Amino acid sequence: MKTTKRRDDRRAAWWFLLPVLVGFAVFYGYPAIRGLWYSVTDYTMLNQPSFVGADNYTELAQDGQFWHSLLVTVWYVVLNIGSQTLLALGVASLMHRLTRSTVLRAALLLPWLVPNVTVGLLWMWLLDTNLGFVNNLLTSLGVGPVGFFTDAAWAMPTVAAINTWAYTGYTALLLYAGMLQIPQYLYESAAIDGANEWRMFRRITLPLLRPVLALVLVVSLIGSFQIFDTIAVTTFGGPVSATRVIYYFIYEQAFRYFHMGYAAAAAICLALILGVLTAIQMRLLRASRSDLA
Amino acid sequence: MIRRSRAGTALLSLAMAAGLAGLAACSSDDSGDEAGGAVTLDYWLWDDNQKASYQACADAFKTANPNITIRITQSAWDQYWQNLTTQLAAGEAPDVWTNQGSYYPQFVTSGQILDLQPYVDADKIDLSQYQGGLADLFTKDGARYGLPKDWDTMALVFNTEHLKAQGVDAASLKDLTWNPTDGGTFEQLIAKATVDANGKNGLDPAFDKSKVKTFGFLPEFKDGSQGQNGWGNFAASLGFTYLDKNPWGTQYKYDDPRLAQVIDWYKSLIAKGYSPALDKASTLTNDALMNAGKGAITITGSWMINSYLGDTAKLKFAFAPLPAGPQGRKSAINGLSDAIWTGTEHKDEAWKWVKFLASPDCQNIVGGNAVVFPAIKDASEKALEAHKSKGRDVQAFIDEAAAPGGTFFLPITDHGSEVSQIVQDAIQSAVLGQTDSASAMKKANDQVNQLFK
Repeated sequence: MKTTKRRDDRRAAWWFLLPVLVGFAVFYGYPAIRGLWYSVTDYTMLNQPSFVGADNYTELAQDGQFWHSLLVTVWYVVLNIGSQTLLALGVASLMHRLTRSTVLRAALLLPWLVPNVTVGLLWMWLLDTNLGFVNNLLTSLGVGPVGFFTDAAWAMPTVAAINTWAYTGYTALLLYAGMLQIPQYLYESAAIDGANEWRMFRRITLPLLRPVLALVLVVSLIGSFQIFDTIAVTTFGGPVSATRVIYYFIYEQAFRYFHMGYAAAAAICLALILGVLTAIQMRLLRASRSDLA
Repeated sequence: MIRRSRAGTALLSLAMAAGLAGLAACSSDDSGDEAGGAVTLDYWLWDDNQKASYQACADAFKTANPNITIRITQSAWDQYWQNLTTQLAAGEAPDVWTNQGSYYPQFVTSGQILDLQPYVDADKIDLSQYQGGLADLFTKDGARYGLPKDWDTMALVFNTEHLKAQGVDAASLKDLTWNPTDGGTFEQLIAKATVDANGKNGLDPAFDKSKVKTFGFLPEFKDGSQGQNGWGNFAASLGFTYLDKNPWGTQYKYDDPRLAQVIDWYKSLIAKGYSPALDKASTLTNDALMNAGKGAITITGSWMINSYLGDTAKLKFAFAPLPAGPQGRKSAINGLSDAIWTGTEHKDEAWKWVKFLASPDCQNIVGGNAVVFPAIKDASEKALEAHKSKGRDVQAFIDEAAAPGGTFFLPITDHGSEVSQIVQDAIQSAVLGQTDSASAMKKANDQVNQLFK
């Protein structure tokens, strides 16, 4: 009796899973396979895709612009993840140890709630070399105008800073939630032993936060690799490809030059890179799971 | 356990409901045919300024052909070509759409545009009624892939109050000269128009180029492979040509030393403080900077007339002809055309519409609205009159178009958008000083010509 009932459950479960599975197959599985197929074809959207073997991949390997894009992306990820995580950690600790105001927490989330395109346009105007408020301020302080988006050395740090501004609040909130899980008595006993705030942060908060920190890093790293909208709004990959990140490269190949096959090959490469990075990070995440148990 | 499975069920049913809603949303109508032989044609364009004029044409067309309705769709330039290509790939393209020189070759190559020559022959369309050479831009190997609808030329636009304050007589702008060595009288004007924070102009020995308040000349370096809004015109006035033949050339000539000379002249303006440095330039468009009083002079196209002379302009502007170079005054001239999709189910009706668009009946309407200069010469006169009646002096654009040898066509070839990116990057890297102009252009030219192999 009992066994048949269990089997019935399983069959019912498949029925309930079906919509999701179909959705996944139609919206993820099928496009992924099509993408894989296009990556070995010559396809301009207006012709029939013709099989070219590994040509797209060998061409990619020799394409300086592709490697440059990857390099620029890594530069962005380092700048963005570095600044964002450090800032978020600081903000979260302040929220954790200093104030627990809900208003403040809500305010921190505000930049994250603004659509990326709006964020990009907002900062483009603020930072404009000739008409921007920030440069006006800098000039009146005697520092002189800075070409935030137009100077090849400044463009990427600027884009990274904008996204850091937009995402720090959200990351801080995640870290803050992680900090709330750390038992209060640890801080109390440390305080009795005469530890100062900095020491408590280093010896208690940071080690016990590691699993949450790892999770936040995984999520934001993948997101960071996919930087596109801020660049598409502000720099268009310029000046002279200083901000032509890999997503923008793929976008240009696909929708400006209509090299669909070539773009698909680049996208597959990016997916592989992200897959490897995620696998490494997942391992790190699992390793640090047992800290608070 | 029980609670979790309930939550799961709720989620799943939500997902299903959402899926159903999505399906329902998908089943929109896309039928062109209606009962009684009535036909609806889709017509696409990108310029929102022109939509009203073409809607007026569509209404007039409907009156003459009661069973054909024109449905106009306008989308911004950046999305227009992507949407169009996607729709072509999906087999649901508009019956008729507006084309531009650097984008239409790929549609010709992929067989998406109907050859209009048989229709033109059958209906005896007079191709000489159009501004010289425009009709030929859209032909290849005896086939015709569009009929011309309008044209544009380039001119100087200047801040009238600012120049007056600097003691410049506006009439003196009519016969400026230019050369790449000392910039001619044009550079003298630019120097005079550049003013620093202390009110000293560029000719004053006390001029402080680190504190420029108004730049004499705003260059355009985001101008693709054509330099339509700047370097292309100067290079042409030195005798530079883009290609072995135009349209449909296969050998670009960006390594011409005369082009490098022009870029070097631009760099000298930046070095003297007359123009903003590229790495300290604005991300905003030149017309925004002109309106903010940050620039005194720049080069613009006739499609911008309403932006500079219209109600939205914050300052007073006027147009002057481009300076004349060693080979004379040369302005880029560009034209748009209307094309028919090979996949349309209503070829004859689409031809009727294209023929109407390219006829005086429609082009006079467009000209009368004074938005662009129509391709038909008489209709252009109408546009000039309409501008005059609004008190706008746009003679410079017309004179350049009418001057013998005064204009040159922008390149029309395959790989247009790739060439555009390569050349723009090369010019910017030269202006930024990452490489010298000559070797940057040589390298770009090799890359460009590699595309045609």
